Amino acid sequence: MSTSTEQQQSDHEHGMSDAGYIKIALILAAITALEVSTYYVDFGPLFMPSLMIMMVVKFVMVVSYFMHLKFDSKIFSFLFYTGLGLALFVYITALATFKFFIS
Amino acid sequence: MAETATHTADHASEHAHETSTGLTNNKLAMWLFLGSECLLFGGLISTYMLYRGRISDGPHPMAIFDIPFTSVSSFVLLMSSLTMVLAVTSAQRGDDSRTNLWLTVTAVLGATFVGGQIYEFTAFVREGLGFSTSLFGSSFYTLTGFHGIHVTVGVLMLLSTVGIIRKNKITGNKAEVVEIVGLYWHFVDVVWIIIFTLVYLIPS
Repeated sequence: MSTSTEQQQSDHEHGMSDAGYIKIALILAAITALEVSTYYVDFGPLFMPSLMIMMVVKFVMVVSYFMHLKFDSKIFSFLFYTGLGLALFVYITALATFKFFIS
Repeated sequence: MAETATHTADHASEHAHETSTGLTNNKLAMWLFLGSECLLFGGLISTYMLYRGRISDGPHPMAIFDIPFTSVSSFVLLMSSLTMVLAVTSAQRGDDSRTNLWLTVTAVLGATFVGGQIYEFTAFVREGLGFSTSLFGSSFYTLTGFHGIHVTVGVLMLLSTVGIIRKNKITGNKAEVVEIVGLYWHFVDVVWIIIFTLVYLIPS
């Protein structure tokens, strides 16, 4: 029982093992290499969607694993993603204003 | 003396569990700060996206951007997130020497990134892209400059943390202090993930 509690405490504090973090970093490096390749290789109509997807995947991986949001309290996720949501709202509003309200 | 330090640490630890949320106020404050930082960079990125095509004068961005160079800089910053998280796990294990080692490596990688950015800015100015050359130039330098300042502040935070760990000046939860510095560091990394794609890889 005590060992189980200690394990839970350890998992909560560490989130992942060092090897796990290195694996995440290698995946991130591979995605970055793929992103850079879009600059040299013609991806056609997939260019923009693939870049956006890779950007979002990298963002979520860093926030979830390196920043421990996946393992931490949901309150932290709420605070961060609320800020992010508001930032997106600012961007969409600014873009809409320039797009639709300029004569 | 050691007893007093232990007592203070215990007190800090107890105090951390006294909050109504069960979370420490310091970590909660950092996440709240990072949420507000999203808004700051959201505004700067929005401005850049709106003005990126407004190139009245000066060179075209695609003519001056050095993608291989910036890719290496991005890779360096990305790997600094790995070294930062290794510093956090070392701190959680109570291994001060490894914590300081990884924090120092992270600071060096961060300083390398900032050095690269200064070199890049200098090259752009030489090629005719000044701050007031065009709306593109203004929004580009403001966005990437603000990010560079954040990285510089992060490097100073990392070096300060190394200093206070060495002098054993942290009275509270040491691992949490390193984790909070790490949160800020990872944040500047995720912001660069967005900037690298939107500014450098997508042609204006």
